[in-house]
Amino acid sequence: MRKLTAAFSLCCMVLSAAPCAAQNLSISLKDDRGAVLQMAAPPERIVSLLPSLTESVCALGACARLVGTDQFSSWPASVLKLPKLGGLDDAQIERIVALKPDLVLAATSARVIDRLEGLGVKVMVLDSNSHADVKRSLTLLAQALGTPNEAAALWSKIEIDITAAAAQVPNAVRGQRVYFEADATPYAAGASSFIGETLTRLGMANVVPEALGPFPKLSPEFVVRAQPDVMMATARSVADMPKRPGWSALRALKLRRTCSFEPQRYEVLIRPGPRMGEAALVLADCLSKLPQAR
Amino acid sequence: MSEHDARRRSQLAWGLLLLTAVLLAAGLAAGSEGWSLRDLAALLQSPDAALIVGEIRAPRTLGAWLVGALLGLAGAVAQGLFRNPLADPYLLGSASGASLGVVLVLAAASLAAGQGQGQGMSMATLDALQRVGLVGAAFAGALLGVGLTLLMGRGTQHTLRLLLAGVVVGVMLSAVGDMVTTMAPDALRGKQAFLLGSTGFLSWGSCMALALGLLVAAPVAWRLSRLLDALSLGEDSARSLGVALPRVRLALVVAMALATGVAVSQAGLIGFVGLVAPHLVRRFAPSPHGYSLLASAGMGGCLLLLSDVLARSVLAPVEVPVGVLTAVLGGSYLLWLLHRRGLS
Repeated sequence: MRKLTAAFSLCCMVLSAAPCAAQNLSISLKDDRGAVLQMAAPPERIVSLLPSLTESVCALGACARLVGTDQFSSWPASVLKLPKLGGLDDAQIERIVALKPDLVLAATSARVIDRLEGLGVKVMVLDSNSHADVKRSLTLLAQALGTPNEAAALWSKIEIDITAAAAQVPNAVRGQRVYFEADATPYAAGASSFIGETLTRLGMANVVPEALGPFPKLSPEFVVRAQPDVMMATARSVADMPKRPGWSALRALKLRRTCSFEPQRYEVLIRPGPRMGEAALVLADCLSKLPQAR
Repeated sequence: MSEHDARRRSQLAWGLLLLTAVLLAAGLAAGSEGWSLRDLAALLQSPDAALIVGEIRAPRTLGAWLVGALLGLAGAVAQGLFRNPLADPYLLGSASGASLGVVLVLAAASLAAGQGQGQGMSMATLDALQRVGLVGAAFAGALLGVGLTLLMGRGTQHTLRLLLAGVVVGVMLSAVGDMVTTMAPDALRGKQAFLLGSTGFLSWGSCMALALGLLVAAPVAWRLSRLLDALSLGEDSARSLGVALPRVRLALVVAMALATGVAVSQAGLIGFVGLVAPHLVRRFAPSPHGYSLLASAGMGGCLLLLSDVLARSVLAPVEVPVGVLTAVLGGSYLLWLLHRRGLS
């Protein structure tokens, strides 16, 4: 056996190292824009420009390989100490390049992508708009990190959490119509958003139908007419809701059938990444504590 | 023209040259991590110098000067053409046209990402828009905005009608842009970044495009500067001097649109440079348009480059949007001028 290994390594040395390295280390994959990424070895210095991707890298066990993140990444706590490199649309090119990353993770529509690629930096673009997106991007990311098996384990953990969360939702609440406010202007999370998908998995209905798109801007009147059974938003928005014209007539507000989330918990809900299972549990926890509807 | 004025003019020209040289050096030295000569020396020794200084700082620095120069030139042309010290390069709809172009591309990207739930937009349109890219869309949008203005103003026959058409086109195009962002909220962030302007993404390719724009627009404006001088006596006097007003106006509007379009497509909407640069030049050295057009370009370049250097270093390692700084610097100067002696 040892002889064989020795012979093999000798062959490697003779035939140049590349084909041997190619057998287990080199990585080639297609990202979400369809660009093919070739890497001789898994990246060791990663910059993430999106909080959900930062969380994904860490959940896949590669947190130590991150050398910088965007300014919004805040979980896990260890990434707070990393250099903050601006946002997706105003990323600081010079600081990113100075960190010498061998892979930059970004989402589509980031202007920074062209410039970084022009400077010879590898950029991987990953979309995460739906559960299916998150599953796919975790798989791609795990492949890129050289730990392809981690993705399935992580995804099944998310699935287990969502299933457990669904079991926690009381039968009396199931099927009720939820209004999830993504922004106070108001923008809502529709049935086709990843938040809407989670709510569907929990057995809940959504006041915003799929046809309106993932995060439509609604008129305040739409919400009043829809009379949601449950209203979900940040704690500040929920406190503000009765003051909006006409909203005091909303039954859900009168009966205090609301889920208000403090900023840190809300963050878990609005990031399409590895904490989607935890998000489902947070939602289920609130749903199981709601006062009875009349 | 008195000897005093001539002396002031040459002082200003030398001053601008010197300032440009100093600021270009400062632009190479100012890193995203702040100011430090020791860091710079260390950087220049390291193998990264070619990449960080050569490929990032140098094009960004030169690009900032060129964008400022284009805006300064366009602003001087606008103020001369409309005989109005309030005129700025974005007056004829180029700004809102460019931002509409950018919003369309961003929205196309986000709609395509959402499995192409194109609301009234076909996949072919989405695909075409994405291929054009942000720069192309901003440039095309700026020209489209000015084109629409010319169409609605029925050419360049009447200054007032042209100005009014420009305002209306501006409002309409930004309304369409807002409409699109309502449909595709993902485009909002990108739009905001575009509205604030940024010099952080300029590459050598951008510098080539900017230089080309300046090389085309500046000679055109300079050739027509005598006619701007005639125009400053009033439209009737200019006509009696034999100036073919509509043709001259059209040529100047096109040069202005080109300069603005190129600048906006590379760096976003950077405010106040085009408005303030000609004022600064007039204040230091009152002069005929030939001189003041070119000096305004130089002044605009210095102003934006100074803002860029400050943007990088004031709060380093955080970068202040450069458009915010130009507005603060330019705005304070105009306020001071208003307070001191009123605008002439």
